[in-house]
Amino acid sequence: MSEGLYSMEAKNYDKTLDLKKVKPYGDTMNDGKVQLSFTLPVPAGPEAVEAAKQLLKKMGFENPLVVFSQELTPGFTFFNCYGSSTLTVNYADIYVPKVESKVMSMEATDEFIQEKIGRPLVVVGASTGTDAHTVGIDAIMNMKGYAGHYGLERYKMIEAYNLGSQIPNEEFLARAIELKADALLVSQTVTQKDVHIINLTNLIELMDAEGLRDKMIVVCGGARISHELAKELGYDAGFGTNTYADDVASFIAEEYVKRHKK
Amino acid sequence: MQSKVGLDFEKVRLAKSLAEKVAVEVQAFVERYTTVATERTVARALGIDGVDESNVPLPNVLVESLKEKGVLSQGVMFYIANAMISTGLSPQQIAEKIANEGFDITKEAKITDPAVLQKAVQPVIDATIERIRTRRLRREKYVAEYGEDRARPYIYVIVATGNIYEDVVQAQAAARQGADIIAVIRTTGQSLLDYVPYGATTEGFGGTFATQENFRIMRKALDEVGEELHRYIRLCNYCSGLCMPEIAIMGALEGLDVMLNDALYGILFRDINMQRTLIDQYFSRIINGFAGVIINTGEDNYLTTADAIEAAHTVLASDLINEQLALFAGLPEEQMGLGHAFEMDPMHKNGFLLELAQAQMTREIFPKAPLKYMPPTKFMTGNIFRGHIQDALFNIIGIWTHQGLQLLGMPTEAIHTPFMSDRFLSIENANYIFNNLHDIGDEVEFKEGGIIRSRAKEVLDNAINLLQEMTSEGLFNTLEQGKFGDVKRPKNGGKGLDGVTEKGANYMNPFIELMKGRK
Repeated sequence: MSEGLYSMEAKNYDKTLDLKKVKPYGDTMNDGKVQLSFTLPVPAGPEAVEAAKQLLKKMGFENPLVVFSQELTPGFTFFNCYGSSTLTVNYADIYVPKVESKVMSMEATDEFIQEKIGRPLVVVGASTGTDAHTVGIDAIMNMKGYAGHYGLERYKMIEAYNLGSQIPNEEFLARAIELKADALLVSQTVTQKDVHIINLTNLIELMDAEGLRDKMIVVCGGARISHELAKELGYDAGFGTNTYADDVASFIAEEYVKRHKK
Repeated sequence: MQSKVGLDFEKVRLAKSLAEKVAVEVQAFVERYTTVATERTVARALGIDGVDESNVPLPNVLVESLKEKGVLSQGVMFYIANAMISTGLSPQQIAEKIANEGFDITKEAKITDPAVLQKAVQPVIDATIERIRTRRLRREKYVAEYGEDRARPYIYVIVATGNIYEDVVQAQAAARQGADIIAVIRTTGQSLLDYVPYGATTEGFGGTFATQENFRIMRKALDEVGEELHRYIRLCNYCSGLCMPEIAIMGALEGLDVMLNDALYGILFRDINMQRTLIDQYFSRIINGFAGVIINTGEDNYLTTADAIEAAHTVLASDLINEQLALFAGLPEEQMGLGHAFEMDPMHKNGFLLELAQAQMTREIFPKAPLKYMPPTKFMTGNIFRGHIQDALFNIIGIWTHQGLQLLGMPTEAIHTPFMSDRFLSIENANYIFNNLHDIGDEVEFKEGGIIRSRAKEVLDNAINLLQEMTSEGLFNTLEQGKFGDVKRPKNGGKGLDGVTEKGANYMNPFIELMKGRK
């Protein structure tokens, strides 16, 4: 599939790297090569292959190539494909707001808390509002953790309380006060009709009203949550996909130390 | 039998006798108690089904009414039998009368002679026993007719769309691609519900509800595709959590073939109270044993929290205890899908050899059990290409050591619930390896004093040491101390303890006698 060795086609594109117009890289700068696999709900055959190619073209690929196709079950065909992307991105101008903390391992975080704070941090988490999903909060908090990253319950210097799902904001705060929480974790999985925004905003309003906002570190997370959104809603940080207990624990520990230095 | 890994079978016997000691103590405790879930199971076994006008299942309505009056300890059977005699109604009609008219079932309960009571319910009991037996014979007939290659593990895959009708499409596709067992994943959190939802469901997160209607829908779909393929396709669901025995009876009635069924898993990973779930487990395993259902235990999960190399012996020790607890419930060895897993860090030098030692050792310690072998999950990173190779190594060990149920890993583990194409790639991977290496296990023995034999010996020795400690500590204390999976659970903590009660003077459950250890 390489355009290097076997292709007799003229390579008339510019082969210099331009960070304002970045393209995928196969084996030659700006060749745009992308590898894809997907399934179409159609029976296998030449029409299926043609459909896959047309789809690739609509996705902005030149020279669409279907290298493998197989009917998975009657009426569903799987494809492995290649194509050259015609699209570019401006890498030079990208700005991504990030959680400004150094991510430490579990052991390092434990050590950090031991050394700088000298007592375990109390972290109270829940999937709040009507959200019944514990998958997010469990991934961060449960002993088992997620994808090989242990959860907060396993940290020696974190006293973790996972309240579970469908916890009303009022109850969440009441428990947080009772447990003398240093940090709150709010997980939101359901985002239909922006229900998470309303619920997340409500928590901050309640905390403001009770004069608690500055007393605790407040963090939210979920597949549709970004750090940028979290900041906008008045949280200290937001954790989206591909973030784990390590990220959350490091942030809380460092943020706590930062605040108590002042 | 000659051990390929040089196991000392005297030590195996010692390990089993130690595990039996631990289990005896649990069993003595369990037999004195009943629970709300166990009683709802009796209600279901007496044909009570359906929901009231606010969607509360009738078994819950009945059991709650007994609990409110403080007489749960006498059990459902006692009151239903009395009510059948005094009203002439069927158990279902009695339950409806409680739901609709607030009928007080405890008032008329005057007869205490168990023989008289049992005679009244006997026809209902017989009908349930017969229905479950018919289901079992139907499976056995299919399997005899189509045949099976027992040298190969069953190919086990999950469907998890969250909609039972979409699950049907995925399941039938998987069967055509070569799956032998389809597990329908339940929605997150169902294990913590103290009731079983009713009817077909099209929602859920990471799966849909286990309901009797969903069981029926999927069983029918798998029978259809099985007849098309001339293979019997087994159906698996989850008989764990707060409704453990209820799900068992529903599965038995609808012809499920495989059930996750492990109290230890619920205690450690779902924070269910240990007393509650061990009591529930007893009746659920009696039912599963009678229905010919293969149970799966969840020891593989210990290795997702604890380290797979260091904690290997805890898996073996727990398997040994689970085996003894299952034997007490009359569940035959041929139905014990004891769990273990391929979860070592893939970067560990000679890790494959340690995995192979573990799998072969487990095979030889439980020679008749259809071991449940779980794929790598902890070290799956989102790099689907490396993941596919990790799964291939796992499949090599599966065929090599004749595992019973190979729970196929997906390259997209840790990313999403399987796409149709993920399942295809995984089944293709397994079929390729199972065929290409079909008889390797019979060709190879392991070097005396080598890595594999030494590892098997070490793990067995460590398991024996742990079991020795446990015989003095007891299972409950061991769990409190966090010996399994590094998770600590208090004896009186967790969910569901308030649903436990000691059996009273009039307590009866003839199903135990009729099902335990029988076919």
